[in-house]
Amino acid sequence: MAELTLNGIPVIDTFAEAFDVAGTAIIITNDTAKWAMIAATTMTGFATSVIGCGAEAGIDCELSPDETPDGRPGVRVLLFGFEPNGLKDQLLKRVGQCILTCPGTACYAGVDGPTKIKLGGAIRYFGDGFAVAKRLPDPVTGKSRRYWRIPVMDGEFLCEDFVRAVDGAVGGGNLLFLGRNHAETLKVAEIAVDAARAVPGAILPFPGGIVRSGSKVGARTKGMMASTNDAYCPTLKGRAGTELSAEVGVVLEIVIDALTSHAVAESMRAALHAATAAGAAHGLVAVTAGNYGGNLGRHHYHLKNLLSKEPASEAGAA
Amino acid sequence: MSTLTLRQEPPERLDFLNVNPLSLSGLSEADAAKLPVGTSRRGLTLGDCYTISLDGSESLVIEGGSSRLDRVGASLDGGSIRVVGDVGQRLGAGMRNGSLTVTGSAGPFAGSGATGGTITVEGDAGDHAGGAVYAAKAGLDGATLIIRGTAGDHLGDRMRRGLILVGSAGAHAGARMIAGTIAAVSLGDHPGFGMRRGTILAGATGTVTPSFVETGTHDLVFLRLLARSLRPLSPAHADLAAGALKRYSGDLATLGKGELWVSAA
Repeated sequence: MAELTLNGIPVIDTFAEAFDVAGTAIIITNDTAKWAMIAATTMTGFATSVIGCGAEAGIDCELSPDETPDGRPGVRVLLFGFEPNGLKDQLLKRVGQCILTCPGTACYAGVDGPTKIKLGGAIRYFGDGFAVAKRLPDPVTGKSRRYWRIPVMDGEFLCEDFVRAVDGAVGGGNLLFLGRNHAETLKVAEIAVDAARAVPGAILPFPGGIVRSGSKVGARTKGMMASTNDAYCPTLKGRAGTELSAEVGVVLEIVIDALTSHAVAESMRAALHAATAAGAAHGLVAVTAGNYGGNLGRHHYHLKNLLSKEPASEAGAA
Repeated sequence: MSTLTLRQEPPERLDFLNVNPLSLSGLSEADAAKLPVGTSRRGLTLGDCYTISLDGSESLVIEGGSSRLDRVGASLDGGSIRVVGDVGQRLGAGMRNGSLTVTGSAGPFAGSGATGGTITVEGDAGDHAGGAVYAAKAGLDGATLIIRGTAGDHLGDRMRRGLILVGSAGAHAGARMIAGTIAAVSLGDHPGFGMRRGTILAGATGTVTPSFVETGTHDLVFLRLLARSLRPLSPAHADLAAGALKRYSGDLATLGKGELWVSAA
């Protein structure tokens, strides 16, 4: 492999392999930014991996009152699933249990796309026949939007009739940071997460955006679909198949899902630049990316294409 | 911009169902002059009543209205019609899209059955504006009807969808409403009589029907959305929605999923 470096940190000439997923965005508003964030945090809990949690979800950004449909503070949440039906199921469960229940919260579609997902139109049954639909013109677009108003104990839960799933959402963009010790490597990963999250339309679903249990496909145990990425486990150094040099003591990974392939690439680019810029001070040994040989996911993000500050061309090869 | 200029007050009621930008676009001025608009055996044509100037555009101006001009903009499906003057009954009935403006006043049944587009009456409107004609399933059915002046009785009678914005209206506004929204500075007696669903917002009303129950004052997200969607159409109505409001729920003599919001100030 050719030797690449960025900000003096070696970057392995490999690629992150990512997948087509179904993705949607919703806007959660509340009287205060605090309670909008409480609702969004609750809704995006236990949503680190589609395989185990049914969905991957995260907070895209906070919205000021003039950016939300009802003029209250809001949060934009992104939700990803394998396919639209699974996404619908998760969206209904999460809005039903975390947004409907949260005092003062309202819920709106946060993205346009080709696939409709019924939301308010399904949750309205909680209203036991007392819920009413209301169609009002959107003051910005002039198009009408339909809402369901469900009587609840603090007044009404207002929820848009349906949201939309986008085409072209991508899940699984990633970077691996090979460091010397835990505290310092965690700092590098945190810096990378902050940079990656600043890209609109991208989320990092793992705890604090960081995952320590990177996986490989298959296992020695029969029936296991995935298991620990032994090549990157520092306690397995020195065995055949390890990818770690002697000085590497810790590996942390960030995983990125986004509504577009472009956002995944830009998020990875931002993370790579931020991490390597801070890397020397924190003992970063190298940056690499995870893939499965290139046969499973349609999207390959080559790190060599992310070394420039600006995109030269489309980074995510089809 | 195509223009029709009234020669003199029509001698009988005229039916303008087929006088709209789309139907005139393929016609020469001579052919347009032959369009029948009379409603008696006299056989009046458009050319008998109006001087015609066509340029094939999507906007039509009718210079000189009359309370005898019926069904102006009825079934309109795009483009715009502006009437300088008054119109008769069923303005924009069954309209699907486009915009319709009347600088004067409109007769009864304005916007009946209109499913889309915007109808603006800068003067007053007669009874049953946005209401159902006899035997019709629904009155206003998705369009936006703006009456800057006063509307008569039975405004939005049996309306099903859409928005009516009115200065003031008479008795029984929103009677038998199936759904939709009416916003008014003031309404007469018994607003929402027999309404099933829908929202009526009023600065003041006459007698409230006894089968409406007061639910108190509520700070609902819905009111914020309503105020925001009314603001571009009429700041005064938007202020009304954003102000302190008392809510009545009704009509409990029917389905009872409607609501009447009255200014509490």
